[in-house]
Amino acid sequence: MFRRLHEPAEPVRFTFDGRPLTAAAGDTVAAALLAAGVREVRRSVVGGEPRAPYCLMGVCFDCLVTIDGVQNRQSCLTEVREGMEVRSQQGRRRLEGAE
Amino acid sequence: MTKPAATADMATAGAAAAAAAAAAAAGDRPAPLRGDWDVAVVGGGLVGASIALGLCRSGLRPLVLDGEDLDLRASRANFALVWVQGKGVGAPHYALWSKASAEGWPQLAALLRETTGIDVSLNQRGAFSFALSQGELDRYRDEMERVAAETAGAAAPYEVLSHNELRDRLPAVGPEVVGAIYSPADGHVNSLRLLRALHAALPALGAGYRAHHRVERIEPLHAGFRLFGPWGDLVVPRVVIAAGTGAEALAPMVGLRVPLTRSKGQVLVTEKCEPFFDYASATIRQTDEGGVMIGDSEETGTDSIAARADISAVLAQRAIRVFPRLADVNVVRSWAGFRVKTLDGLPVYEQSARHPGAFAVACHSGVTLAAAHALTVAPQIAAGALAPDLAVFASRRFDVPPSA
Ligand SMILES: Cc1cc2nc3c(=O)[nH]c(=O)nc-3n(C[C@H](O)[C@H](O)[C@H](O)COP(=O)(O)OP(=O)(O)OC[C@H]3O[C@@H](n4cnc5c(N)ncnc54)[C@H](O)[C@@H]3O)c2cc1C
Ligand code: FES
Repeated sequence: MFRRLHEPAEPVRFTFDGRPLTAAAGDTVAAALLAAGVREVRRSVVGGEPRAPYCLMGVCFDCLVTIDGVQNRQSCLTEVREGMEVRSQQGRRRLEGAE
Repeated sequence: MTKPAATADMATAGAAAAAAAAAAAAGDRPAPLRGDWDVAVVGGGLVGASIALGLCRSGLRPLVLDGEDLDLRASRANFALVWVQGKGVGAPHYALWSKASAEGWPQLAALLRETTGIDVSLNQRGAFSFALSQGELDRYRDEMERVAAETAGAAAPYEVLSHNELRDRLPAVGPEVVGAIYSPADGHVNSLRLLRALHAALPALGAGYRAHHRVERIEPLHAGFRLFGPWGDLVVPRVVIAAGTGAEALAPMVGLRVPLTRSKGQVLVTEKCEPFFDYASATIRQTDEGGVMIGDSEETGTDSIAARADISAVLAQRAIRVFPRLADVNVVRSWAGFRVKTLDGLPVYEQSARHPGAFAVACHSGVTLAAAHALTVAPQIAAGALAPDLAVFASRRFDVPPSA
């Protein structure tokens, strides 16, 4: 769906659901995922519909992913880093200390 | 050349609007407003829509005239509680009225589901008032005891729980919670869905609804009323003023009074979380969809609709002391709304003595009282007179001079 204008000279390596991907330094996680061809980052928790980054400016909360174990991060507001482990967001946030 | 569908639709809509405008300019307004409506309901928030729903069920055809999207609209800002606990201190009739409405809520929810297929997620498992100090717990207990005494025991039942008793029921509460009141009479709904369900039910039951039809003036006629607005005018046999904060200005035009005071409330909502709290409380509730709502403050001396960060911080801090596991949950939205608050916080139900076809309905708890409005007040309006037991809610009560 998206194509980069320039391939990054020194790609940043990260994973999405265990799959190794590359990004340009300074990309947001959302941009990196979209550029890598990812079409779905989670399912909506009420209707179970596929979701991907939408507004790209922190407003719609459609781009939620789990980053390095932290749930429900807005991928459009998070810069991608070398070695980042990004996972598709699974369901609602689980609370610490919940039974 | 094929036109994209959206453009074609817009062209059609544009042509229709132009035709309507031309018709209006020619003094020939669109037919429905001339239609033979039995009663106009001014205001399409929770109160107006609940009343209109009940009027339909009583066999009338109401026309709801609603205001603008940027009006102060409590029905889109509230905390969604169906709340009885502690209500009506010094006003036992209000305590019992709230309780009766909560008892009528399952019927309203079923009615909305049958009429529209929309489930408003009514949950009436009961609610807690969490106390963060012994003083707070004592105050809550005093209020509950007063309401029980003043209603001669007819008020909703409740329990006073110590920290340990509370912890047995809700293991998630934090160590700072001294205790709580629990009452099985309380609950909550999905409030935005409630408003949507009411608005879906109205056309299905024969009511009319017009957005952007602000009523600026009401003129009593020999028989009936003429309503004026930027959209034109309309004659109806009866009128119900249910315009929220807009009621204060309209009521005197037909011999009614709805004196209001400013009261602003702020609410926060978190990201959607796994279910952890299947009850309600006055300040924290988890919605059916998972978001945790945290509320709601009260400010009196302001007209600004902006949410204040310092107030949000206090609300969040209290919530974390009650449920420490909320500490690293993200807040995704916050907002402020103005309550429809009368001088004593109790509803106004009033029929005009001078113009008996005119009624006013205004209240601060339009979610809680939606069942009473649809199932009890509306049938009385349809029958032409409020029942004598609602006379305590007329505006006459504000005339009593404060005792020395
Ligand atoms: C922060 C907050 C928390 C709350 N929490 C709860 C709660 O937990 N439980 C509960 O029961 N209640 C709660 N409430 C109260 C509840 O939301 C209100 O009682 C209820 O929404 C009032 O409904 P309404 O229809 O009277 O007013 P509104 O929702 O204000 O609707 C009035 C309507 O009238 C229209 N209007 C105004 N003037 C005119 C005019 N001249 N002509 C035509 N139309 C006009 C407006 O456009 C609007 O649509 C809360 C309120 C707030 C602000
Ligand atoms: S894409 Fe809308 S918040 Fe991230």
